[in-house]
Amino acid sequence: MNVLWFTVLICVCSLVAGTLGALTGLGGGVVIVPLLVLVFKVNIHYAAGASLISVIATSSGAAAAYVKEGYSNVRIGMFLEVATTLGALFGAYLVALVSPSAIAIIFGLVLLFSAYLSLRRLPDIHDTRPPDRLATRLRLNGDYPTPEGLTTYNVRRVPIGFLVCNCAGILSGLLGIGSGALKVLGMDQAMEIPFKVSTATSNFMIGVTAAASAGIYFHRGYVDPSLAMPVMLGVLAGAFIGARILPGAGTKYLRILFSAAIVVLGIEMLVKGLTGKL
Amino acid sequence: MDSIISVLLRTGVILSSIVVLIGGILYLVEYGRLVPGYHVFQGEPASLNGFRGIMRGILSWHGRNWIQFGLVMLVATPVARVAFCVFAFFEERDWTYVALTLLVLSVLLFSFIGR
Repeated sequence: MNVLWFTVLICVCSLVAGTLGALTGLGGGVVIVPLLVLVFKVNIHYAAGASLISVIATSSGAAAAYVKEGYSNVRIGMFLEVATTLGALFGAYLVALVSPSAIAIIFGLVLLFSAYLSLRRLPDIHDTRPPDRLATRLRLNGDYPTPEGLTTYNVRRVPIGFLVCNCAGILSGLLGIGSGALKVLGMDQAMEIPFKVSTATSNFMIGVTAAASAGIYFHRGYVDPSLAMPVMLGVLAGAFIGARILPGAGTKYLRILFSAAIVVLGIEMLVKGLTGKL
Repeated sequence: MDSIISVLLRTGVILSSIVVLIGGILYLVEYGRLVPGYHVFQGEPASLNGFRGIMRGILSWHGRNWIQFGLVMLVATPVARVAFCVFAFFEERDWTYVALTLLVLSVLLFSFIGR
């Protein structure tokens, strides 16, 4: 196989991953690394570099659409970005200190965890308790459009959400993923932010988080242009197609299917990591 | 403010994709027939890791340098968004958030400049 075919094949696979990621809301980035490592036998550092780049592309592209709809909350995003960028910086430094096998094991666990998260969606919590003091001081409370008109929400447990986002940042820098699922978990479940606001804001944060590790990735040579090119263009085109096909229509089975694929990739990554065959 | 951010992000993504695409075509014309080898991590040559090296390759139409330049543009897009937010919060006289945004911006700049 020569470079031309290799590039075309990677571009097509990234396109499929991007489309499925956008349709299911899971993001394409999480399957890119295992795909490159397990199928195309790419070194895990190059794979993480290419994936990180594609994550920035889709996040910025999607955020451009989300901001207009009024779901994302800029203050929540900026406040939590302090946690995620510091984490991402730390995570990117960690890459050189942790063995590739250990990275593969962590990756496998993250894949299994995100498949688990995607299949169980918890209901939004509505309550009439008085607003949290710290959240009020940081002006995090806001409103968002619902079928019944603008609905206000109160943010709670700010420190826990901050900590979860910090971990999400570390994983993003270490693995080259967006770790949107973990960010949403922190906002949605810990901070009790409505799911739609959480996902929109998380999408906003992913690009900035990834940019914090990207500088170090460039310096250390993890970003190979010839590999990142087809991955970025493929995932971006896929995300665009996915957003056009109307998310929500018949995605339930697709979601289960995609989650099953993630589980398989997760187990494969775990096995590779544990047997040291990387 | 939201619509400016939206335009900024979209422009950044489109422009960088175009540059990456140009670079991709140049690269495939240059190296399309060779055999790929990504199994072993070697790092990238200095001409692709630093800004000056990338720019030098741009001028001599090296595909890989064009791609890398497009990728740097892409990464700069969210950074520009954060920089814009500093001004937006400044306009609102929200000093807490001016400080928080400056903190995020300095982490981002540190990643690019620091080692």
